[in-house]
Amino acid sequence: MTTARALMAEDEPLLALGLQADLATLWPALEIVAQVGDGQSAVERALALRPDVCFLDIRMPGTSGLEAAQALAEDWPAGTPFPLIVFVTAYDQYALQAFEAQAVDYLVKPVDRGRLEACVQRLQARLAAGLPAGDALQRSVQQLRGLLGMALPAPVAPRLEVIQAQVGATVHLVPVDEVLYFEAADKYVRVVTVDREHLIRLPLKDLLPQLDPQRFWQVHRGTVVQARCIATARRDESGKVFLSLRGRPETLSASRLYAHLFKGM
Amino acid sequence: MRWQARSFWRGMAFMVVLCSGITLLLVVLDGGPWWAKALYSFCIGYGCWACTDGLRLLTEWLLDRARERRGESPGRPGGTLNWTRFAPLLVIGMAGGAVLGIEVADAISGFRSPSLFDLGSPATRVTLAVTVLATALAWVRSAGAERLAAERARTEQLQRQAAQTQLMLLQSQLEPHMLFNTLANLRVLIGVDPARAQAMLDRLIAFLRATLAASRAPQHPLSAEFERIADYLALMAVRMGPRLQMRLELPVELAEVPVPTLLLQPLVENGIRHGLEPKLGGGMLEIGARRDGEQLVLTVRDTGVGLPAARAAAGSGGSRFGLEQVRERLATLHGSAASLSLDGAADGRGGTLATVRLPLGGVPAGASR
Repeated sequence: MTTARALMAEDEPLLALGLQADLATLWPALEIVAQVGDGQSAVERALALRPDVCFLDIRMPGTSGLEAAQALAEDWPAGTPFPLIVFVTAYDQYALQAFEAQAVDYLVKPVDRGRLEACVQRLQARLAAGLPAGDALQRSVQQLRGLLGMALPAPVAPRLEVIQAQVGATVHLVPVDEVLYFEAADKYVRVVTVDREHLIRLPLKDLLPQLDPQRFWQVHRGTVVQARCIATARRDESGKVFLSLRGRPETLSASRLYAHLFKGM
Repeated sequence: MRWQARSFWRGMAFMVVLCSGITLLLVVLDGGPWWAKALYSFCIGYGCWACTDGLRLLTEWLLDRARERRGESPGRPGGTLNWTRFAPLLVIGMAGGAVLGIEVADAISGFRSPSLFDLGSPATRVTLAVTVLATALAWVRSAGAERLAAERARTEQLQRQAAQTQLMLLQSQLEPHMLFNTLANLRVLIGVDPARAQAMLDRLIAFLRATLAASRAPQHPLSAEFERIADYLALMAVRMGPRLQMRLELPVELAEVPVPTLLLQPLVENGIRHGLEPKLGGGMLEIGARRDGEQLVLTVRDTGVGLPAARAAAGSGGSRFGLEQVRERLATLHGSAASLSLDGAADGRGGTLATVRLPLGGVPAGASR
């Protein structure tokens, strides 16, 4: 039996305890290296500890399990094996359909023994097969792209034409057309135009459905760029893509989840 | 538009009876050819009816449009126009109807009636007196009929809403995410702490029983409301652990005040789901009741992420649904005498404060279904 290390993210303490207890009997060689109650901690601990398996609850305070998986796939250092991810959920209609479609591992709460045993066997087999680090990452990236595309029902928010950014008592009106890119910064979003930038309080994930996806491309979980403002996209040897812009000196990086957007015609 | 075929035909039939009665009266008092009396009675009668009712419908329609523009819901049928507001319309409609009726009757019969505004003529005085009396009679009848119809419509709406409330309560209580997570917790507790598992199961049973019973008892004492909320919060406390703190404060003198069953439930759920659950450290949920003059004031406040964040996260989804449900129940039971407001809590601890105000007397008679 292989020894393996796991991280568990679950905000309900009893459920975490229960899953740990069940895993202890079904997979004694599995060591739980971290037990966290929110998505942000899950990302930080996983990047630090490099576990083999991550159990991620979907609904958690702050960052959800799906968002945590996305962050991991974007920030995971190339060359180290990407953890096997198992999503855990009580009931999420859309998520379950998406998991099935993308052949992602998931558990439904309450987790029954038989289902958990099957999941454990699958994980053990995959760890034993020892997929090359690059392939494991590539496979997860593919799955996550699929999930991001279909996990949520497409919101039909009205298109935003003007960004209203407040500075003190003045509200600046910035036509969406003039925005080069939006960048998430803590609780704010930076709105960058050719000659200046503004901060708005609207979270990026609430802003995104109001932008035309043909014109504004998400290239990272925290970055949305207006496509016509991208001058070049250069791929380095690790697979990362760097974007240079028309009218701004800085380069933006596109994560590996979105790197497929940039290829020659 | 409140034009209803049934009330129209009932009005038509009533006018036949009324105008026949007037014809008979005039023939007996005045003599002369009965057909001329009948012709003038019917023409003036239907003229007045068409004018006054037409004006009434037009005014109601205009009022409705005005309300729509202000974003309010249209008024209840028959409940908008009161006597004082309608009196001028009544006079105008009556005069117009009488002039019109006389003109039509003159055209048919070939007679030449004196002008209605020539008050010196005895014939005009009789016509005017009869018209005023008849219009008043017709109006009283139609107002009575409308009141009855409005009463019936309100009762029907209450019944519909009771059924809808029952369905929505069931759906929210049996919200799959809540139910399966609770069961998952129970499953773990059975293994590690059977006594606590039993206590949790008791709470779940009490909670489900109350949910199912809510349909049969449209109101219960405030103390029962607080007990059901305590059951729900106890279930949530097992799930959220130390992230959920709670305080329920019910003054003894308000314990027996009747309130709509599980009225506060959606507000409590919102406080947890959109206020405390998204907050990393969790927080406090406080449920209180107090008396303010003749009003009962119920408050649900959380120290969660606060209104803007909760709104952004909830979008137009489930929470709106819950709030609308509470608002609708209050409006049907108490009209404008009850209200629900949602504000940022102002005491510096952050979070959201939901305040329900309703008359202390409980549900008014006749609205208890």
